[in-house]
Amino acid sequence: MITPQFIWLIFLLPVFSFIIISFFVRPFVKAESRITGYILITALFTVLALSIWTLLSVMAAPHHEIPVPDINWVVIEGGVTIHLGLIADSLTAVMLIVVTLVSLMVQIYSQGYMHGDPGYHRYFAWMSLFTASMLGLVLADNLLFLFVFWELVGLCSYLLIGFWFHKPEAADAAKKAFIVTRLGDFGFLAGILLLYLNTSTFDIHELHKLAITGALASAILTWSAIGIFAGAVGKSAQFPLHIWLPDAMEGPTPVSALIHAATMVAAGVFLVARMFPLFEHSTEALTTVAVIGGVTAIFAASMGLVMNDIKRVLAYSTVSQLGYMMLGLGVGGVAIGIFHLFNHAFFKALLFLGAGSINHATGTFDMRLMGGLRRVMPWTYATFVIASLSIAGIWPLSGFWSKDEIVVSTASQPVLFSLAMITVFMTSFYMFRAVFITFGGDYRGGSQNEHGGHGSRPHESPKVMVTPMVVLAILAVVSGLWNVTGHFGTFMGHGQTHSFTYGFFHPFTQPLPWISLILAGLGILLAYAMYSKQWLSPEKTGNFFKPLYTLFYRKYWFDELYENIIVRVALVKGLFGSLKQFDNQVVDGAINGVARGTIAGGRAVRRAQTGQLQLYGLFIGIGILALVLVLYFAG
Amino acid sequence: MNLALFIPELTLAVFALLVILLDLFTEQKRLLVQVSVSGLVISAGVTLAMWGESFPAIFNNMLAVDNFALFFKLLLLGVAFLVILASISYTQKFARFQGEYYALVLLSTLGMMLMAATTDLIAIYIALELTSLSLYALVGFLKDSKSTESSLKYLLLGAIASVVLLYGMALIFGFTGQTQLGEIARVIQAMSPQTILSFPALTLGLVMLITGFGFKIAAVPFQMWVPDVYEGAPTPITAYLSVASKAAGFALILRVFFSAFGLPEWLSLNWGIIFAFLAVIGMTLGNIAAIPQTNIKRMLGYSSIAQAGYLLVGMAAMGFSPVVDILGRSSIIFFLTSYALTNMGAFIAIIAISNKLDSDLIDDYTGIGKRAPLVALALTLCLVSLIGMPPAAGFMAKFYIFSAAVRSNLLWLVIIAVINSVISAYYYLRVVNVMWLGKAASEEKISSPGTLRLGLVLSCLGVLLLGIIPGFAMLLAEFAARIFVF
Repeated sequence: MITPQFIWLIFLLPVFSFIIISFFVRPFVKAESRITGYILITALFTVLALSIWTLLSVMAAPHHEIPVPDINWVVIEGGVTIHLGLIADSLTAVMLIVVTLVSLMVQIYSQGYMHGDPGYHRYFAWMSLFTASMLGLVLADNLLFLFVFWELVGLCSYLLIGFWFHKPEAADAAKKAFIVTRLGDFGFLAGILLLYLNTSTFDIHELHKLAITGALASAILTWSAIGIFAGAVGKSAQFPLHIWLPDAMEGPTPVSALIHAATMVAAGVFLVARMFPLFEHSTEALTTVAVIGGVTAIFAASMGLVMNDIKRVLAYSTVSQLGYMMLGLGVGGVAIGIFHLFNHAFFKALLFLGAGSINHATGTFDMRLMGGLRRVMPWTYATFVIASLSIAGIWPLSGFWSKDEIVVSTASQPVLFSLAMITVFMTSFYMFRAVFITFGGDYRGGSQNEHGGHGSRPHESPKVMVTPMVVLAILAVVSGLWNVTGHFGTFMGHGQTHSFTYGFFHPFTQPLPWISLILAGLGILLAYAMYSKQWLSPEKTGNFFKPLYTLFYRKYWFDELYENIIVRVALVKGLFGSLKQFDNQVVDGAINGVARGTIAGGRAVRRAQTGQLQLYGLFIGIGILALVLVLYFAG
Repeated sequence: MNLALFIPELTLAVFALLVILLDLFTEQKRLLVQVSVSGLVISAGVTLAMWGESFPAIFNNMLAVDNFALFFKLLLLGVAFLVILASISYTQKFARFQGEYYALVLLSTLGMMLMAATTDLIAIYIALELTSLSLYALVGFLKDSKSTESSLKYLLLGAIASVVLLYGMALIFGFTGQTQLGEIARVIQAMSPQTILSFPALTLGLVMLITGFGFKIAAVPFQMWVPDVYEGAPTPITAYLSVASKAAGFALILRVFFSAFGLPEWLSLNWGIIFAFLAVIGMTLGNIAAIPQTNIKRMLGYSSIAQAGYLLVGMAAMGFSPVVDILGRSSIIFFLTSYALTNMGAFIAIIAISNKLDSDLIDDYTGIGKRAPLVALALTLCLVSLIGMPPAAGFMAKFYIFSAAVRSNLLWLVIIAVINSVISAYYYLRVVNVMWLGKAASEEKISSPGTLRLGLVLSCLGVLLLGIIPGFAMLLAEFAARIFVF
């Protein structure tokens, strides 16, 4: 059984790594040194071991939870008390594995990918803080600290997306990510405050208890749950706040892998799962989660169909899969949503690392400039295909098991069910479209403009980059087997267990898995027909569906809608304009008045400070008189 | 009488004499530092060993040996240690008189330790004079015209304050017939309010006591000496004045007003109002006057006046709440600890920078962030702590003091204090701004001696520790505040 000290260490080690790198290594060690990467990798390796230990202990513990004693952070007798504590339950244990495992793989990969970058130390400093914040977020036992880490995760993603801040696109993307997620955070904060005003507690366990016993009025429950979900919508890039994630790929590719798989976007899904008892007791909130999830799933997948940038395809696929997770949470519960998060983390990280590896070789992310990479990059090819099969939901890879459960849970709701089914088809189509364009055919030239271009001949990436991909590929195959026996579900608190053989072949006795497998197969087949054999010309098909193609390609004009109508007209001209007037006339007037008064006061005091001793002595006398007067009048 | 309980003070006295004697025979001035530091360490060790137990007062109830006194003794010894660390490189400016310098630091520390422990008006006066006389000399140590002038000013104004204090003591003695604080309290509590009110002697005495103490802690309007003296004195001594002298002064005020005038309640309300008044003008005047300053030592001088104002908010909270409420006292103790670490850190950073620049002007700090990143980082942390922003200690310190005031129904005072904190951000952040965003006149790196670095690291660690995990320090503060000998 793990002791609380070690659980604390899970959070603290990356923090130490951040402190050591940014305060001791970065100022004194040259950028060529690889030491910072090793510091973080060592820390994460230890943390991974501790996380596995935590998972095993939580599995063995009664009620699947290890009690961690609180630390009193601020105590005022008879007043405010703020605890600092950790939760170590099944949800946290699973998230710890996801975060540390993916982060570790990404950092090992980064040793190769970021080698020689002038911001090498800065990169690993932010990466340490990013991982630490995410670990803090999943471990926090009260909403206040959870919110702090939530914001820290947002800050780190801002810093890392804008890592190459000299590129205007990167700087813009970073700002976009920060501002758009901030919109959701308003809702989250409002939800927290609403809960606090009505319960006077931030403690998650107590809030659960209040929700379960029905001590919270249902309106408050619903509104605070929806507020919290708004935060999750921002962080997890759900419709209509999805617009930041596709742009977020301006950061280094390993950062995208981490953001898309384990740290940033997973936070939103995790938050809903963490506060699930609140949602569970409010039908409205739960329906909102399911609907937003289902809509996002198909909406994002449709845009993924037509993108030419491989990272954008993956980005829309993430948004779509996150929609799946939300859908799973909304219709099925914590176990189903989180199980998909768990599986998705590995194959999505793998896909991004694969994209990074391709970029390393060709110097571009534009799929039209690639092609034929199957022969020169066999490892990247093999792992990328495994990940694609997994995300498409092909039996028996991990994606199948979690996606199947989500689809099955929606069966009673025809609309959501059809959304989910269409998304299955789209997912397999756009993934294999990417596979065939990138790896099939002949090499189409590449580019040397962007990061990592290495001349004319593409080649396989170094071992340090391939090894993490292979590890993740293995996980993308097997991670789903955890729930074949139903053990993941019972660990998370519902469902029942059965034998492995039963669970392994059971899907074939049911109609639904057959339908989804056939749809996925059709998607792959169509992609094969269009992009590998060219039986169907992509251009002609595109022209045939011209209006739809344009709609998808222009991303439903959401960016334009936000930027032109909401930002330029409603906000800038309307709201900001009037605020500016108010600011110029009223606020500035007041502030300037105060400032002038203050400065004039300062000058007056300075004049009184003449340096003359007699005057100083006199002031003491005046002071005594003043005190006597105060006492006489007020005492 | 148990002389063993007096060992920490005796140690300091012996080591001070030892330093002077050694100075006559040795050319190795480093030795003096080592001897002084070992004196502090031994004294602190003995004090630490006494921590947690309860002892009777010694010297006919003149000196208390309670946890309150022990806590302040440790704090003062710690500050003295940091001051000596900060002085090592600075003392090159007056190489000939190092023995006297260190001896006087030790002696004034001894005086301050006594200030924190005395429970008798006469002993209070002696402790104050022992402290002050050593400090007068230390302020003038640079022997240039500014230093000498400020020393003389400090001496003359200090004498006035002493006279007023003595007058106040005489009035109180005349009224109660007692000099021991506990006895004074018993006499006052036995009187009827009418008796007390018909003779203004007691209240007048209180006002004069507050004046005398107010001089020590730099409360407005008894602060006129501060800017001139802070600017003229050797920088380590400025730090010492702003931290240790203030801490000892507050220890004295806390003990006197709590144990002698804490009851009856209407009396404590009366001095609470005076402190509230002093707090308001202290904070406001200190902050406003700090804004136009161009010299960083002068700016920190005014800042320390404002900080004294915040501390007086705690005193007002104490006066306005029943004596059993511990938060007022413990929050003052916490604030003093946090302030001591923060201000020491800030001054050590200034010594490190100014020594090389040979200037105390804020404008000359332009671009220091590039030239001495770690020192600038430490100074930034300390300034942030002085503003009262997390994660630095200053935030928690203000949080506790303001909570105490709110609990004593002094919300209006807290609002004024918060507005003042906002104003103060302007001049603190201006230094931060200049250091990091300004363009440096030269690219040359500024290196600092190891002793300064050690001092800086110690104080910054303390600032962060108190800011991030305040619970433990607050427990200590409550422990120190609870055990008072009446």
